[in-house]
Amino acid sequence: MSGLEFLLAGTLAASLPLLLAALGEMVVEKTGLLNLGLEGMMAIGAAIAFICVFHTGSHTLGFAAAALISTVVAMFFAILVIGVKANEVAAGLAIGVLGLGLSALFGKSYESRTISGLPKIDIPGLSDIPLIGPTLLTQDIVVWLAVLGSIALWWVLNRTKLGLIIAAVGENADAARSIGYPVVLIRLCAVAFGGAMCGLAGAYASTVYTPLWADGMIAGRGWIALALVVFGTWQTGRVAFGALLFGILSLGELTAQAMGVGLPSQVLSSLPYLVTILMLVVISRRRSGLF
Amino acid sequence: MKFRLIRRDTASRLAMFTAPVLALVFTCVASLVLFAALGKDAGAALYALLLKPFLSWYSFSEVLLKMAPLLLIAQGLAIGFRANVFNIGAEGQFIVGALCASALPVYFPDGDFPLMLPAMIAFGALGGTVYALIAAALRTRFGASEILVTLMMALIAVQILNYLLLGPWKDPRGFNFPQTVMFPDNAMLPILFDGTRTNISLIFSLLASVFAYLMMQHHFRGYQLRTAGLAPRAALYAGFSASRMVWLGLGLGGLAAGIAGASEVAGPLGQLQRSVTSGYGYAAIIVAYVGGLNPLGIIASSFLISVIYIGGDNATVSAGLPVAAVEVFQGLLLFFYLLTFTLIRFRIEFDRKVPA
Repeated sequence: MSGLEFLLAGTLAASLPLLLAALGEMVVEKTGLLNLGLEGMMAIGAAIAFICVFHTGSHTLGFAAAALISTVVAMFFAILVIGVKANEVAAGLAIGVLGLGLSALFGKSYESRTISGLPKIDIPGLSDIPLIGPTLLTQDIVVWLAVLGSIALWWVLNRTKLGLIIAAVGENADAARSIGYPVVLIRLCAVAFGGAMCGLAGAYASTVYTPLWADGMIAGRGWIALALVVFGTWQTGRVAFGALLFGILSLGELTAQAMGVGLPSQVLSSLPYLVTILMLVVISRRRSGLF
Repeated sequence: MKFRLIRRDTASRLAMFTAPVLALVFTCVASLVLFAALGKDAGAALYALLLKPFLSWYSFSEVLLKMAPLLLIAQGLAIGFRANVFNIGAEGQFIVGALCASALPVYFPDGDFPLMLPAMIAFGALGGTVYALIAAALRTRFGASEILVTLMMALIAVQILNYLLLGPWKDPRGFNFPQTVMFPDNAMLPILFDGTRTNISLIFSLLASVFAYLMMQHHFRGYQLRTAGLAPRAALYAGFSASRMVWLGLGLGGLAAGIAGASEVAGPLGQLQRSVTSGYGYAAIIVAYVGGLNPLGIIASSFLISVIYIGGDNATVSAGLPVAAVEVFQGLLLFFYLLTFTLIRFRIEFDRKVPA
């Protein structure tokens, strides 16, 4: 397989954990909260999904279990931030550290074990297209579901009343509350959604993308997803585009070789973070006060 | 039954002491249940985590060794946190501090550089500060969130470290391991107690604690920082410069983390290697919060977290627990602290039906 073919075939799968986690966090941030615990929620989801698939062989069960456990961890965040109004930065770090620790604890006895991933689907017609057919358009079922899910999320956020309510809660919670929207409930659901999406993202990473358990396998993807939300300026389409871009970058050295770039791979690995800082600078307008 | 959280006018003093103690008790109970559920000997695990570090002078000295960087970084961070300046990337400033300090012994491996050690500490302090101040500049000039910028900068710092260790700074006689040459003797911090690894960086940390205490509790600048955190509008009306708080909050955090990074390579590591990114920068955030962002409280919390670190190493041997148990314990501790902290800031009021 040539470098280009490799990139076409691998980019979507590499982007998927980033995309799922970032879309979840995007909804959380749209309601006016910030959950820094993505890395931990993905890690615990990845561990539980792997254990589940290892014992039952069912990926459906694995993904469901991962979504559930990460939602539970996200609820710890909700208890702190929505429940007792604790500092959200500290709360996010608490569940982040907790998730990472639990992931390593549960996964300990599965170190280096492998499971089978998911088959790539040949869609008649699509996979016959030259070059992109057998590479870009031959993906596993989760990729296609994620594409459909992203479109659905875009539709909900931009074309439905629920989307408007979510935006209202984030823009001005007091105003939303005073016209009778259930602010607490909306935020609770958003945090739960964010958790579930991180769980699915972790599950994809550990049971499909690299179906092998290794401690620390999330390897900073949660932080990249967090950066991605900013990069995508809280818009579904741009977040999805960013996920593809960061996904390509995450293929690191392989990308560099394919593009014939003589840069150290660390420069490529740093690019998502550098670009995010740049985006932050561009989008943050100077407000009247700093506090 | 409905209830509301009513903010107290003054923090309950009793609660300030009971909150961390309660958090520790809850954390112990939760970990006992968790370890037992995993089929480990939960009692032995907790014994190894919390008590064993006290049972020999050597392991106690290791606790003090761990405590030095955690205490130093947490004191620096807490100053910012109290002013609502959230420096989440102390890990990055720590790494850059370690890098800058290492530059001297890497380029003068024979140690023929005058005042090697003081220069290394100064380089580390400068590197950490400048690295943190980039976030301050972006925040004050463009309004970019320092939470995300410091975090991204920390991740970039890891890549810079990797680049140097795999490339130009790799020890040519190091069997291709990603590490620099071993530092010469005059690049190493003096040991505090013979026969241990505890070095004088503990003194830096205790001095920083005194400085933080005097500044935050007894100096006008500390008053300004605290006001900026507690009552931002009041600070604005009082004419306290908002950007100065950001520069100060981030700068002091970076300074502390930079010195801690320099002390790490000039102390227990003795060279720059990948394990310098051991998460002290993140753990220090937990230390700062569990210490109530109070300079005295942080001394206690940094000691506690260090005990758990050393205890965790013990538990891997004696109770068969993975090192990750330490992370779980830290996460639970912060979780329960934030929960019980409610006792300090709020009182619970139940809605009673008004009699007809």
